[in-house]
Amino acid sequence: MTDKNPEYDFKWCPGCGDFGVRRALEQALQKYIIDTEIPIENNVIVAGIGCSGNMVHLLEGQQPFGIHGLHGRTLPIAMGIKSSRPDLNVTVVAGDGDFLSIGMEHIAPQAQRNLDVCVIVMDNAVYGLTKGQSSPTSHEGMITSSTPYGKMEDAVNPLKLYLTLGVSHVASALSSKIKDLSQMIYDAMKYPGFAIVHVQSPCTEYNNTYEQLKGNVKKGIQPMAWSLPEDHNPESVSDAQNIVDRDGIPLGLIYQAKDRTSFSKRVEETTSSMNGKSAEDIITLYSV
Amino acid sequence: MNKSDFVVRFAGEGGQGFMTAAIGLAAANTQSGYHAQTFATFPSQITGGPTWMQVRISTDTVLSRGDELDVLVVFNEEAYSIHKDEVRNGGVIIYDSDGMDLEGGESLGIPFDKLAKSTGNSRSANMVVMGALAGLIGIPQSILEEFVKRRWSNTARYGETIVPTNIHALTLGREAASSSGFEIGELNPPQKPNYEQIFVDGNQAICLGAVASGVQFYCGYPISPATTILIWMEKNLVGKGKFAYQVSSEIEAITSLIGAGYAGTKAMSATAGPGFSLMSEGLGMAWMAEIPLVIVNVQRGGPATGLPTKTEQSDLLNAINPAHGDVSLPVIAPGTVEECFYGTVQAFNWAETYQGPVVLLSEHSLSEKQQNIPKPNLETLEVQNRILYEGKNGYQRYEPGEISPMPIPGGPGSYVANASEHDGIGDTTHLSERHIQMTNRRFRKLESLMDSPYEHDKIDADVAIMPWGGSKGPAKEAYEKLLIDGKDIGWFYTMFLNPINPTLLEELRNKKLVLVPELNYLGQFASVLRSQGVNAEPITQYTGLPFKVKDLVQRISSRLAELENRRSAS
Repeated sequence: MTDKNPEYDFKWCPGCGDFGVRRALEQALQKYIIDTEIPIENNVIVAGIGCSGNMVHLLEGQQPFGIHGLHGRTLPIAMGIKSSRPDLNVTVVAGDGDFLSIGMEHIAPQAQRNLDVCVIVMDNAVYGLTKGQSSPTSHEGMITSSTPYGKMEDAVNPLKLYLTLGVSHVASALSSKIKDLSQMIYDAMKYPGFAIVHVQSPCTEYNNTYEQLKGNVKKGIQPMAWSLPEDHNPESVSDAQNIVDRDGIPLGLIYQAKDRTSFSKRVEETTSSMNGKSAEDIITLYSV
Repeated sequence: MNKSDFVVRFAGEGGQGFMTAAIGLAAANTQSGYHAQTFATFPSQITGGPTWMQVRISTDTVLSRGDELDVLVVFNEEAYSIHKDEVRNGGVIIYDSDGMDLEGGESLGIPFDKLAKSTGNSRSANMVVMGALAGLIGIPQSILEEFVKRRWSNTARYGETIVPTNIHALTLGREAASSSGFEIGELNPPQKPNYEQIFVDGNQAICLGAVASGVQFYCGYPISPATTILIWMEKNLVGKGKFAYQVSSEIEAITSLIGAGYAGTKAMSATAGPGFSLMSEGLGMAWMAEIPLVIVNVQRGGPATGLPTKTEQSDLLNAINPAHGDVSLPVIAPGTVEECFYGTVQAFNWAETYQGPVVLLSEHSLSEKQQNIPKPNLETLEVQNRILYEGKNGYQRYEPGEISPMPIPGGPGSYVANASEHDGIGDTTHLSERHIQMTNRRFRKLESLMDSPYEHDKIDADVAIMPWGGSKGPAKEAYEKLLIDGKDIGWFYTMFLNPINPTLLEELRNKKLVLVPELNYLGQFASVLRSQGVNAEPITQYTGLPFKVKDLVQRISSRLAELENRRSAS
């Protein structure tokens, strides 16, 4: 969306965490195009379906290219863009339902490839756009419109999942801490590999967790979110494992693989540096 | 007695080595100016099982695999009992007289292995058989020797000994056949064509067509009978700006193609029915967001997992309408190995022209059919590319005209390629008038694809036959026989099944009856034609095998007789 588009009538609810993510993404993108001198038109935002997916229409300022695709399929679309055009900076924006439920099957292959895209997952632990059903990150027992007697399965721990699947760069953030988030998104864009910034982005309508995340001294609510210890070493797998095994929401760069070759680099080193035959030469191979 | 064509079938477990040689024999014969076509059917297992392969060698272009066998080569008794009834009167059955003992006057026992061992190369039994075949039909020894030299001279380890021992084995086989007294008629001498030829199967022709069209991106998932396209692409689509890759599912394949097509490259994937079903939603998105890409569906038999290694033409309705909502995908169904090449080129041209997904609907019987075809001339080949947007930012990508220049990331005119209903710039909308406008826009784009070529013959006849896809060959052969029989019948054919050229449709609507031979239960193409006002009636078969010419001749003749009787009665 360039300027105001009166026809486009989608709105995030007041207080939606996605506003903060948008601001952080705009700032990170701005800094990225200035620092890298990669022009805005060489940036592509791939969005999933759900409230978070509307990010691609709601960005203000200079407009990157965008795809608003299918539910769950952000990653393979991003893979197609990045593998055909390694010169483009590809950023994925998706929600927890899109990314961790219907789209779960696509995380592992990108992790193994070390696909060089930056992923921002907006996690509100609920399906907002379809009005409040349970999601993979909804906690066990949670009452939602699709779990009227309480959710029967455990919540997935996305950070632990990413580490297990071999994601190279894993960060965790809050949507309300825009400055920190913006830096994390920028770092993930710059990281030459598969980078996920998992953001707690509460839904004020169906699962308002601002208070639980930040805590409330007056009500005696302990904050779920906590900062990483000073001595945390993100290049250490065991440090990272230790962090994601603890309860609550850790904030910061949890893991970053060092010297792991990105997918674009692997392709470049394996097949795109080869001398391909011309169509004529290939056809001539079949001459009788 | 001289013959214009010759059909041999190799059957039985353990015959694979012979089949490789049979393909070589076919290729060798095309070098001397004969035409050849192979047909194979395998069970869905790695080795063994009831396998057979057939080679038809002719002085003229081969249209079908051939109904009756001149020679059957069997490698076990089971194969003998399954296939013996398909040998024509006066044909010969060759078997290994070391391992089997067959009764009957028409069988020729040759001790394959014993003769092979006597050459010093125990693996030359297939050459003994080739020699025997060549002896029976009078193929000159020089053609086979040339083939052996070309095939094995560069084999570093064995080249020195393998060539002379194989030639020795050929001679022993030939002598065994000659001394047996069997005669099945000599093949007429070949007429060497005055153009260059290539020898390929349907899937290879598709790969070559894609490369000739400038394919840059290929993602696929292994699935019979499309796997060979994936393997070919991974081997050959290399170099700067090229990408071929095995992904984790057909869902990944179609959605990665959407990304690649969106990013400005020519993208293709090949699959079969089960994979095509998984691509459904992605194909809908490519239609909706207007992303050029090509999907090859090499049809196999049946719904669900079905018959992975058999042939059928039962995905046509699904190809036209693979996704939910109002979609009508362009579909090109090649009918011959040569059309696999040109159909692929046209599929890319269509995708680029109308900016959307195109389905190339091939089938198992084409995928493994090897044939000599004229070598495509790339200099005269028309390859089209999408019109790129080169204006300013703030572009209404989906608004102006029917087909608008496409912006590509890295260039001007950023927009959102949107799977949801959208306005000009790609923002989501729910307005009725916009949905009407965009739906009309998407369908109107098909009008740019309606001038496709078609074949017609005897257009004055009341009744015509119109096969599609791989049924073209047997139907053409049947049609020619029907004409010789004095039947009043016309012929129509096109590989461009959706949209159908309106002029062709008009001609078809003028027929009293259009008979559609097709390999499915529903009569899918006949139903497509009926929905467009043509009085079409299917001639169906769902055996997992292609039509036999004689069956088509019989079924069409009896339908014509019925019509004639009814006419006389009234």
